[in-house]
This record gives sequence, structure tokens and C-alpha cells, in this order.
Amino acid sequence: MSTLLRTQGLTLAFGGLIVANKIDFELSEGERLAVIGQNGAGKTTFINICTGLLRPDAGRVEFDSADITGLSPRHIVRRGMARSFQLPQLFLDHTVRQCLELAGMAREKRLPFWRSLSFTSDRREVDRVLELVSLTGRQHEPAANLPEGQRKLLDVAMSLMLAPRLLIMDEPTSGVSTEEKHGVMEIVMGALEERKVTAIFVEHDVDIVKRYATRVAAWIAGAIAADGKPEVVLADVNVRREVLGE
Amino acid sequence: MRPSLIGAAIAAAILLAVGFGFPWLKIPLILAFCYGMAALGIGVLLRAGQISFGHAMYACISGYTVAFLGSRFPGLDGLLLIVLGTAASIVAGMLIGAFVVRYREIFFGMLNLALSMVLFTILGKFYAYTGGTDGLRVNRPTLLGMDLSRPEFEGALLVLAILASLAVIWAVQRYFRSSAGQALAAIKTNETRLEYLGVSARKLLWQGYVLSAALCGLSGSLFGLSQGLVTPEMGYWLRSGEFVFIAILGGSGHAVGAFVGALLYEFLKMYAAALVSGAWQLVLGATLIVIIYFLPKGLVGLFSRRRSAVEGQP
Repeated sequence: MSTLLRTQGLTLAFGGLIVANKIDFELSEGERLAVIGQNGAGKTTFINICTGLLRPDAGRVEFDSADITGLSPRHIVRRGMARSFQLPQLFLDHTVRQCLELAGMAREKRLPFWRSLSFTSDRREVDRVLELVSLTGRQHEPAANLPEGQRKLLDVAMSLMLAPRLLIMDEPTSGVSTEEKHGVMEIVMGALEERKVTAIFVEHDVDIVKRYATRVAAWIAGAIAADGKPEVVLADVNVRREVLGE
Repeated sequence: MRPSLIGAAIAAAILLAVGFGFPWLKIPLILAFCYGMAALGIGVLLRAGQISFGHAMYACISGYTVAFLGSRFPGLDGLLLIVLGTAASIVAGMLIGAFVVRYREIFFGMLNLALSMVLFTILGKFYAYTGGTDGLRVNRPTLLGMDLSRPEFEGALLVLAILASLAVIWAVQRYFRSSAGQALAAIKTNETRLEYLGVSARKLLWQGYVLSAALCGLSGSLFGLSQGLVTPEMGYWLRSGEFVFIAILGGSGHAVGAFVGALLYEFLKMYAAALVSGAWQLVLGATLIVIIYFLPKGLVGLFSRRRSAVEGQP
């Protein structure tokens, strides 16, 4: 499998606090990487650097063999690296369907002034993605009506409309009740499988990590402390003490 | 589409009948349509969650362009003057827009205000070119090659204003429903997400800004022609404030809102001034409070609420 994302010596400090400490990292196509770590360990910072929201002090980020260090999120997204958020970022005044239609138009990089959104967008693709995340029944409701679990799904679905090669999800199950968590992950992972999307997801729930990840990376103090197969990383003494708090 | 078309035809016919039945109402009606166009320009920005307290400058730019070209080249037709005046506002909107779309909310609003006051001051000071605070006279041009008397000219302008307003409502409403228009509305709710869809919010807002400048420009050239005079007051911040007032009164949910708001505003002002001459502003202020409190989506909110009850869709 070819390398999709690679970082070399990624370093970033906020004042005296080092949030990324010379991170060397590689991700191959088809992987499902779970990122674990305590709050403040630098997981989201790493994502923010990769997706262009933060500029590193040093080091570089490569996506699909091209240097994307310092590019804006907008340009990185266009290259095929999409992202979903811990707090779902939706267009709350728009309907669920319109959110997906807008994402679909964004992918085609054209936003015509004249023809109506619902006519120009790829209707069948929108229907398929709605089906994929089980939101068909609520497609005409404003996104603001959705409960948190479905907001997470819509957030992921908007990224899927972009047909990304890599999707980075920041805590896809946070804020979702324990009963619903597995349902949400089941749907998300099924969708990623069908679309052949490589994924990174930040996750705190060990059960979910065990069940859905093909690889785990544990963050401690701005660096990757352990990286490998889930059973190996989750059994690591250091990870058990520092990350899982056992 | 059909019912709205019939509604538009009926409304236009009624307003025309009123204008020609009571000739003294022609000018107030023309002014209401001018205000409506400018308020619609503000409405475009409101959809993106932005507000401008300086958009009267685009009406002013257009009005002065009409006055200047009209006196410099006396043969120019009125319609051509309107087009040229609007074009001047569009060009100005493109340039100023490129700068102001980097800002949001109060900064966006105040920057527009500041720029409009710069223009206001320049117009007031450069007496030799602008006529200073006295302004410039707008000579009555021909319309479609016809040399009209003052009353005929006013009648023709009213017809023109109504037709232009209908065209503008239709076109802007199409824009609101288009991909670009829907994405513009997304700036209001979530700019971060737009960025993470690979869309430039600045570019979208710039497009909306240029459209709003064009609408204010069209308004300004019609205003100048109907008044026969342009003064720096056209670009004063109070005028910009009136546009915002009307836009909120009418609501930005549908393009027709601005015009409903403008007609109400113009007639409210007229009758309030006649009935409680010393305190007409009080009536306007009270009206706005009532609207904001009971109809936060403006007067068009009345229609959309009813429609949602009928179709079961928001």
C-alpha cells in the first residue's frame, strides 16, 4: 500500500508549551488509525497542522507525495484530505439535504449564480450518501433539528460528498450517548469502507478503538509514544499508565 | 412560480394605478422603489450575516455619475445613464469589496461606514467638481429618445422603477436559491465548514458585495433622475441607516421583502409626518421595535410562516 500522509519533524510550540515535538509519522492507504491520548497531549493540534489550520514551526507535511506544509485548509481539502469535527460544523439554517448539496457543489469547484442548488447538484449522489448515513428520513429538516449523534453523521457525510482519499475525524463519538456510540461508528465505518476512504480518528473509548481501528497511535506530551497494532499499543505499559490511566 | 407571477402583476398594476390616479404619489412611489432596491442590496449582505452602514455610498456614486455624465454629455439617454451609473457603482463595489470582505460583522459594518464618510466629505469639499454641499443638478434626459415633460418623465420613471424592481426581485431571488446564493447564506452559519469544503468564503462574500453595490447603484441612479438633484446627503450615514432599517423591516428571507419594507417605510414616514409632525421618528422607531419583537424575520416572515404551515416544510 502506498503512503498517503507523511510528516517529518513536525514541531510547534505555543510559547513555552511544546504541543508537537518532532513528529515523524506515516499513514498508508486503507488504514483505520485511532489516535488516543489524554486531553492536551496534542492530538487535535496534530490534526490542525495536517489540515492546514495551524502552521508548524518546523517540519513538513506531505499528502499523496506532495508537500502541503503551510497550505490553507481550503487548498488541502481540494487535494482530497477532508476533516470532520469534534463539534459538528454544519450549516444549521440549511436543510440536511442542502448541506450535502453544497458539499457536492464544492467538490466540483463550481457554484453557479443562476441555476438552483437542488437542480445543479448530483441528486443521485446526495441520495446515496443520505442512505449511507441513515439520514434519508430527515433530509428536508433543518440541520439544527438533528440530535448530536445525527449531527456527527451529517458532518461526516458532508466530508464524504467531497469524495476524499483521507478523512480525519476528531472524536466522532464524543457527545454521543454510550448506547448510540456504536451505532454511529458502525454507520461511519461502513460508509468509509464502501467509499474506500482511509481514515484517522481521535477516540477515547477503548472498546471502539479495539473494534474499528487497524492501527493505534498514542500521543503523550506532543509526541507519539507508541504506534502499531491495537493489541500491542493498548497493552503497552507506558500507554496504560499515561493514556488509559490504569 | 405561477401564483407569484400573478401576485407580482396585480401588485404592479395596483401601484401603477395609484401612481397615475394620484399624481402627487408618483414621486413617493418612485422613492419607495429606490429605497427597496438599496435595501435589497443590504438584504443580500444580511443573508451572509453581515451588515453595512455605508452602502449609501454606492447610491451616491451612481447618482453623481448620472449627474456628471448628464451635464457633460447632454445627449445621453436616461436609460443609458442608469446603466452607466450602476456600472460605476459595480466597479467601485469590486474594488472596495476586495478589501472589506476580509472583515466580518462590526468591523465590516464600520469599515463600510468609514469609507462612505470619506466619500461624503470629498463630495462636500471639492466644490469645483462636485458642487460641494449644494450638489449637482441632474438635467432631465430623454427616455428611449423621447423628450418628455416633467409629469410625463415622472410617469415614465415610475413605470421604469416598477419594471426594474420586478426584474431585480426575480433575478435576486434566483441568486438566493442558486448554489452561490445558498453558499453565501452558509457564511452566516459556518464559515469554518465552508473553508473545509474547499470553498473561499471571501470570494463568495465578494460576489454578494458586488451584487449589493449594483443594487444600491441602480437605486441611486433612479433616485438622482427622479429628484433632479444629487447632494452628498445621498451618501451620508443616515441614509445608509435607512437602508438597513428597511432591510430589517422587510426581512431578507425573500427578495420581495425589501420592497414591502420600503413601501411601508415611505408611507409610514409620510403619514406619520402629517399626523404627528414633531415626532414622526418616534412612530418609525416604535414600528421597528414591534417588527423585531414579533417578526424577527421581517414582514416576509409573515408569508413564509403561513407557507410552512400549509406545506409542512420549513
